[in-house]
Amino acid sequence: MIGAALGALLSHWTRRPFQLLTLVIGLATATALWSGVQAINAQARQSYADAANRLGEADLPVIEARGGGDLAQARFIALRRAGWQVAPIIEGQLASGDTAILLIGIDPLSMPPGRLPGGAGFGAEPGAGLDADFLAPPGVLLTGPETASQLEGALPVPVRAAEGMAEGRAYADIGIAQRLLNRPGRIDRMLVTGPGSLGAPSLERIAPDLAQRRPSGEDDALGRLTDSFHLNLTAFGLLAFAVGLFIVRGAIGLAFEQRRPVFRTLRALGVSRNALLGLLAAELAALALVSGAAGMGLGYLLAGLLLPDVAATLRGLYGAQVEGALSIRPAWWLAGLAIALAGTALAAAGSFWQVARLPLLAPAQPRAWALASRKLLRGQQLAALALAAAAIALALWGSGLIAGFALLGAALLAAALLLPSILQGALALGARTARGVVQDWFWADTRQQVPGLSLALMALLLALSANIGVGTMVSSFRLTFTGWLDQRLAAELYVTAPDAETAARMREYLAPRTGAILPIVQAEARIDGQPGAIYGVADHATYRRNWPLLGSVPGVWDRIAAGGSVLINEQLSRRAGLVPGDKIDLPGGRFNIAGIYSDYGNPAPQVMMGLTRFESEFPEVPQLRFALRVPPEAAADLARALRAQFGLGDDAVVDQAAVKALSLAIFERTFTVTAALNVLTLSVAGLAILTSLLTLGTMRLPQLAPVWSLGLTRARLARLELTRAILLAAITFLAAVPTGLLLAWVLLSIINVEAFGWRLPMHVFPGDWLRLGVLSLLAAALASLWPSIRIARTPPSDLLKVFANER
Amino acid sequence: MNADLAPPSASRRLCALCAVSLLLAAGPAGAQGFAGLGQAAEGFEPVRPGPFAFPRDHGAHPGFRIEWWYVTANLKDAEGTDYGIQWTLFRSALSPGGTHPDGGWATPQAYLGHAALTTREAHYTAERLARGGIGQAGVTAMPFEAHIDDWRLAGPSLRDVTLTARGERFGYELEMTAGGPFVAQGDEGYSVKAADGMASRYYSQPFYEVHGTLMLPAGTQTRGNGNGNAPPAAIREVAVTGQAWLDREWSSQPLSPGQSGWDWFSLHFDDGTRLMTFRLRDETQDDFASATWIAADGTPTPYRGDAISLTPLAASTVAGREVPTQWRLTLPERGVDIEVAALNPQSWMDLGFSYWEGPVTATGSHAGMGYLEMTGYE
Amino acid sequence: MLDVRDLRKFYPGEAGPVPVLRGIDLSLGPGETLALTGESGSGKSTLLHLIGGLDHPDGGSIELDGIDVTALDDAGRAALRRRTVGVIFQQFNLIPSLDVARNIAFQAKLAGQHDADWTTELAARLGLSDHLHKYPEQLSGGQQQRVAIGRTLAARPRLVLADEPTGNLDEETGAAVLGLMLRLVEETGAALLTVTHSDRLAARMGRRLHLRHGRIAR
Repeated sequence: MIGAALGALLSHWTRRPFQLLTLVIGLATATALWSGVQAINAQARQSYADAANRLGEADLPVIEARGGGDLAQARFIALRRAGWQVAPIIEGQLASGDTAILLIGIDPLSMPPGRLPGGAGFGAEPGAGLDADFLAPPGVLLTGPETASQLEGALPVPVRAAEGMAEGRAYADIGIAQRLLNRPGRIDRMLVTGPGSLGAPSLERIAPDLAQRRPSGEDDALGRLTDSFHLNLTAFGLLAFAVGLFIVRGAIGLAFEQRRPVFRTLRALGVSRNALLGLLAAELAALALVSGAAGMGLGYLLAGLLLPDVAATLRGLYGAQVEGALSIRPAWWLAGLAIALAGTALAAAGSFWQVARLPLLAPAQPRAWALASRKLLRGQQLAALALAAAAIALALWGSGLIAGFALLGAALLAAALLLPSILQGALALGARTARGVVQDWFWADTRQQVPGLSLALMALLLALSANIGVGTMVSSFRLTFTGWLDQRLAAELYVTAPDAETAARMREYLAPRTGAILPIVQAEARIDGQPGAIYGVADHATYRRNWPLLGSVPGVWDRIAAGGSVLINEQLSRRAGLVPGDKIDLPGGRFNIAGIYSDYGNPAPQVMMGLTRFESEFPEVPQLRFALRVPPEAAADLARALRAQFGLGDDAVVDQAAVKALSLAIFERTFTVTAALNVLTLSVAGLAILTSLLTLGTMRLPQLAPVWSLGLTRARLARLELTRAILLAAITFLAAVPTGLLLAWVLLSIINVEAFGWRLPMHVFPGDWLRLGVLSLLAAALASLWPSIRIARTPPSDLLKVFANER
Repeated sequence: MNADLAPPSASRRLCALCAVSLLLAAGPAGAQGFAGLGQAAEGFEPVRPGPFAFPRDHGAHPGFRIEWWYVTANLKDAEGTDYGIQWTLFRSALSPGGTHPDGGWATPQAYLGHAALTTREAHYTAERLARGGIGQAGVTAMPFEAHIDDWRLAGPSLRDVTLTARGERFGYELEMTAGGPFVAQGDEGYSVKAADGMASRYYSQPFYEVHGTLMLPAGTQTRGNGNGNAPPAAIREVAVTGQAWLDREWSSQPLSPGQSGWDWFSLHFDDGTRLMTFRLRDETQDDFASATWIAADGTPTPYRGDAISLTPLAASTVAGREVPTQWRLTLPERGVDIEVAALNPQSWMDLGFSYWEGPVTATGSHAGMGYLEMTGYE
Repeated sequence: MLDVRDLRKFYPGEAGPVPVLRGIDLSLGPGETLALTGESGSGKSTLLHLIGGLDHPDGGSIELDGIDVTALDDAGRAALRRRTVGVIFQQFNLIPSLDVARNIAFQAKLAGQHDADWTTELAARLGLSDHLHKYPEQLSGGQQQRVAIGRTLAARPRLVLADEPTGNLDEETGAAVLGLMLRLVEETGAALLTVTHSDRLAARMGRRLHLRHGRIAR
């Protein structure tokens, strides 16, 4: 009996293969976008782990020379003998033939065993002893399999491939690395691997010229930016998945609706309700697994396509070598299939509920669409209202990133649920402008189409809103960021001296050649309980004129110069609830807060103090970095002269334009993938419309045939169909604009504040909307083109079948 | 005395031997573990009998595969509260020869430091690992200095040294002065350890008088080992006096196969005599026991086999395993019948390799203090 | 006004084209009424569709008010359906998205022949005055067919084609609807061609033709 029942149920799909295709495509696309994004994220995280965390630099503090540059190995010994738990690292490019790799020298004995890349320095078995081959000359280079085969035989050192290690970099014992890099007795930095001995002297006391910087993974601004990047991707993956689910929901709803008589017959013939539901669940689960698997394949391709951009972004942000090839883990497959199943279950829940409540006997009267759609509308309005209320409550009382995203989700969903009502309202208004009977029919008929198309249109609304919202956020961010860069990078040149003695000579040299030499000095400090930095700021017009203050007390710069007041960054202000006029405790006493400045790209608290006061509070901090004011046209010459005069590297003298260009390039690359996903999400929405229209197409004939029989040509009907799709898309787009702006506002004013501690002013870009509007109308037109053409080409005999007596 | 007849006055710290070897020894041996260590050590300097040459032999012997400087002390503060400390520096040659012409990082010597401070309630531990040749760790004989990072055992001579070590949560600085001679173990320091002829060079200095300062977290009643996260809020300094025991041993063929673990005792009796005894637990044969009786003037008398018996009386659950922390020891020829109990049964050394080591008290025919080390209780 | 000559139509079948109409000749003058009867599949609906410009013939000619219907293109046939011919279907074929008033006025407006008074009168005569703002799915079958009749006659077509107009109605309702239709057709002076297999209906027509296997049987 079960087999027969299943046969009856499944025959639906063979009769309507297109519906089946819609379902599979919808689910596969949704899974593809979601799993693609997940694959990218996983790969990127793996890259971080390979690149940084293996050595612990992501979560261990690092000690390095204050003014930059390398260190004598004796400094490492001195710190160890003073009770500091540090491990030395040397790093450098090692060229071999036409390839250059990053060689990293480590000391397996001072490094915590868990942080050794590929267990370097110890035997392969767990608990095995030290690996003399690695430690003693000629040593061993550990690297990824690809790099290993490139280097094979090209170096005087044996190369060993270790599975799972990053390509393009190699690890060796520090002694071996010093020799290969021709830098005997030198190291670049030290990792602080643990708390030192009881009573070990402070770094300031035993090595004032060395600075300890925070772990890059915990507090580093760039680390946080990569986090925001992944958050961004995840949110988009989720959105794309939701949009895809609208297609699935549409297809499942239709398939269930059309099989209602079959369900009734089966029930009447003795199939129990539970058996029926079980069969349907099994059918959908099988479909979900097949579509999910297809989606995973697509997702893999997608991730492969997007990964180069991601890799470029991460290189830009992190300076990290990222593996270009995807490695797929079983967990990824399982998660992808699970989400496909969960998505299908979510999309089918409503239909299942209906089947469970299906009365055995069909009502005598067919369901009145007007009445049914009114009921549906009312339900959607109520749900939308509830969601909107939840969103408002979250906006008022919620806190934290999760609440921010919940608010975002609630607002978007509310807008989507409200869309059918908006469409009905707009079409009712439009109907009033109708001239002539055809227009009259057009408006009335369009209204009747709304329930059938509303899911696809909701998907379109979500995609468009996301586009507008994220676009507005990115553009606002860009505008603010560039303006802020102009303010922050007011000086023409930035130089770094290798040591205090060179710095003094440099100042002498620069004095007659520049308008101003502004020292950039910085001390690490705990501010409001968090690791942060205190900067010394010279009393100079460069700051008075340009510094991006968000709020200040009168005479702010005089107060700063006087020493008793400080500026704090926006992050600190928001986190600690400090405003100008408040007081703050810092090393050196209690200070007045004279102003707040914006400080994008840095999540840590920061304070600016008058230079004189800074020098008296932190006398041990050497002045090695300077901002120079020179006529812009003279900057390049001066930079060249400085490099020549003091033997400085390219990095030691940077001009404003270069810093800006670099910052903006990083910024743009961060959002490249966002843009790609944006386009993909819109495409999925377009697909939703296409599949909906095609599915409805077969049901349209009975509605169109009478009009045709009364004297409208098929061509005209087709044109009207096209117009109808465009009109609906246009209304949806108009609804998407305010929704998108709301989304942008939430992103800028809530999510950004929660995630990074800064709030960005919102700028609107109507030109972008226009472009997007045209694009969405084109998408709708494109999507309805084929169904319209099908109508234009419908043979009269098909239309006549509608009138056939024996139906 | 012929090697077969001579009781192997057995090596102290067999445990450390095995474990240090596992941690430090060159790859193939490490990978083969226990059994591998029993094999001939090609290229390393062989152990030969003969008199010691002090002070040169106090320093390092880089041509031998493994070597250690091992100090334990039983201490009391003014109120009579008991404390124990351990300070160990292991040296392991990564390859035969012990040196490399390049010097520096290329020097094939690895050093491992273990330190512990034990009270009735707490047991603090710390560990350091370093390479020889770069100045981070090493040993010189004249003037004597053994160090790893900020830990030192140093003085004008090994008879008169200052001992320091600090972990994250504890530390000590002790002055140690030898009140008696260095005691050669085995046959004038040629210590045969197994019937197949494996041996080491081994001497002790069990006569140190100690005074100095301990540092430990103030008001602490909590157990901890120096690897906790937060540094202590306040430090208590405690002035102490007591007795210490130094073991010096080096070898190239350190271990016998087949042994599952050992229980080792060093005891200072109130009458000025000393006792070192141990048993090797063997899974396939009878356990093997050995002892050295050291007279108050430093004259050693070795015993083996049935002459001595070591019997566990009670066990404690330590780090999730059962470890005997109360023992009965008898050496009838010297009228010894004592009960030995751990000061702190939780003296677990949870480090790169783990074992039990802590201070003990002796009661019965002879009263006194000492140290107990137990391994192989996995 | 209607002149059909040697009309032929084939439908594609598995073994080649299957003839449905094998040469039909008939003519109908203004105001005349004609019943077309025959078995299922005799081709009577096809004939009606061809005359109404809903489908192409494969041979022969149809002349309506002097115009050769078979020569018209898609737009021409659409214009013919709008202005000259009115079709009443068994399935009513109302426009589901429009209410009764707009359904009735639809074709007249489409044909540019909307006469508000006449439409109102039609609705009243058809007993639909109380249902003008209802949607088709809210009406009974008889009411729906009255709307369809109203829609057709509102445009004052010269020729009314009816395809089993009472086939979906019970006998009593059918008789009432039929009476109403005949009276109104007569008043507008249109010619009426009805396809039916109801003898009772056929008996109320001026003439009667019987179709058998695609030919007129005398």
